[in-house]
Amino acid sequence: MRNYAAKQIVYGLVALILLLLFPLVIRQPFPQHVMILVFMFGMMGVAWNIMGGYAGMFSFGQVAFFGVGAYTSTFLLLTYQVNPWIGLVLGGLVAALLGAAIGYPCSNLRGHYFAIASIAFGEIVRTHFNNWKLVGAAEGLSLPMMDESFENFMFHSSKLPYYYIMLAFLILSVIVCYLVATSKMGYYFRAIKESHDVAKVLGVNVVRYRLIAIMISAFLTAMVGTFYAQYILYIDPESVMILPISIQIVLISMLGGAGSVMGPVIGAAILMPVSEITRVMLGHKGTGVDMMIYGALITIISVYQPKGVWGLVSGNGKRAK
Amino acid sequence: MDEQLVQQLINGLLIGFMYSLIAIGLTLIWGVMNIVNFAHGDFLMLGMFTSFWLYTLYGLDPLFSIPIVTILLFVLGLLIYRFIVSKVMKGPMLAQLVVTFGVSIFLANLAVFLWTPDFRLIEKPLLHGTWELGGAKLSIPKFVASIGSIIASVFVFYFLKKTKMGKAILATEMDREAALLMGINTDRINSLSFAIGAALVGIAGAFLSTYYYIYPQVGGIFGLIAFSTVALGGFGSIEGAFIAGIIIGVAQTLGGYIFDPAYKFAIVFLIYLIVVWIRPQGLLGW
Repeated sequence: MRNYAAKQIVYGLVALILLLLFPLVIRQPFPQHVMILVFMFGMMGVAWNIMGGYAGMFSFGQVAFFGVGAYTSTFLLLTYQVNPWIGLVLGGLVAALLGAAIGYPCSNLRGHYFAIASIAFGEIVRTHFNNWKLVGAAEGLSLPMMDESFENFMFHSSKLPYYYIMLAFLILSVIVCYLVATSKMGYYFRAIKESHDVAKVLGVNVVRYRLIAIMISAFLTAMVGTFYAQYILYIDPESVMILPISIQIVLISMLGGAGSVMGPVIGAAILMPVSEITRVMLGHKGTGVDMMIYGALITIISVYQPKGVWGLVSGNGKRAK
Repeated sequence: MDEQLVQQLINGLLIGFMYSLIAIGLTLIWGVMNIVNFAHGDFLMLGMFTSFWLYTLYGLDPLFSIPIVTILLFVLGLLIYRFIVSKVMKGPMLAQLVVTFGVSIFLANLAVFLWTPDFRLIEKPLLHGTWELGGAKLSIPKFVASIGSIIASVFVFYFLKKTKMGKAILATEMDREAALLMGINTDRINSLSFAIGAALVGIAGAFLSTYYYIYPQVGGIFGLIAFSTVALGGFGSIEGAFIAGIIIGVAQTLGGYIFDPAYKFAIVFLIYLIVVWIRPQGLLGW
């Protein structure tokens, strides 16, 4: 047992060192960009996993939290000159509150009903932002050009700072997920996932713990939203609030293995490069071939590797259920 | 009531009947297999395109291509069930949720690849024009499509309640194990339900093609509305889906008229959320 934990730590450190060195060795912008996407979607997958993999709420509306995070910090920056780092925290809080507000009426929904409700939630938020004049409606928001500095959360000459910031975020989310998974709360989550009724009988406050799971997940997802806004410097509802992003998040978690801490990170490391590379190689003509391959890939993964690859990677079958 | 309101009500009913037919196909699949078919909207799109190409290439009016579309979609449903869906039936629920998303993305982009993302319209269908009904306008193709939708729905209802095969489907829906013990080949029932569901949405597609734009992504919004309709009606309930389709059609047009047309779909989803909040099993679910 201890041997296993020690092995894990060693693997983790080796991976961390490789990731820290990666952008110093590979200097082309495209691979660095792909890695940033891997971290972003890895973190959103980890956040999804807290809700879906542990607490059993399969959300197809994560993009709403992502978008709300991006919009909150950007709106505050544009209108009240609020520092993006403060906007990051506020965006997380707004998303968490929104998650609780929508999660409460949905607290009795299970399985497919929850999944469809989360799609409906995401679509309502997207429609609203598309028509909300205060935040630029369909035209979206452009971030103001600011001096390059860590304090401004803005860098122009290199992707390196973005790379390291996003890596730090990802590590933070993995730590949060690990703490949740190994705490008493993690056991409550899993009890709820296995059966609402049994959990209730055992004295678990199902509604409260479901809301906590949603709020943690929403906060982490919104952080990635703010990062995206600071990185791309332009947001609109059709780029930060569309259903395909939610689906991508679910796929990543599923591919990696829902219900394991590192699963979604591995899922992102596999899926994001594949989807980015096919998009760049085949997508520019707008023929749909890249998305055809993507769709076929999803189908094949679901049919042949429905439990994710984490079980294969971790070897000794110590997958948390 | 002013005339505008009556007009919106009529429009809502007309689109509502289409939603009903689309949702009945989906609820059949959902109820029997406990699988959400996210490719349902794309089956609709394929039905519309089939009807479009039969018209453009062979001059066959959409009304007469309905039997061909039905058979084609039935076979497609059988194939997708046999080679994809049946493989995940015993897998984890997440895989069941995601697998048809893959099929959906594939089909929509196959259509982009084959036919470009352009919007198309059947220019001179047999049915066109409007009837004047005391100040309100009634679009003839929409009216006929609604009648067709009602006929198809009644037919399905009759098939399920009166025929042996239909009863076997309903039995499987109620209790899979018990049905299996009664000697019902549930795997065959699954593939049959999936194929019938696909055929029904194909019929809806053929009717829609007489007055709606035809493009590869058309299935997206119709699919989303179909999920809300099914969940609103109570999953697996044919009657529920039929009634919910009409409710959603009317809510969409009236809501769009009273508030803001841009929000018409958001209103549909909001109604869905309110209903499942109060009745998580849907209107007629159990």
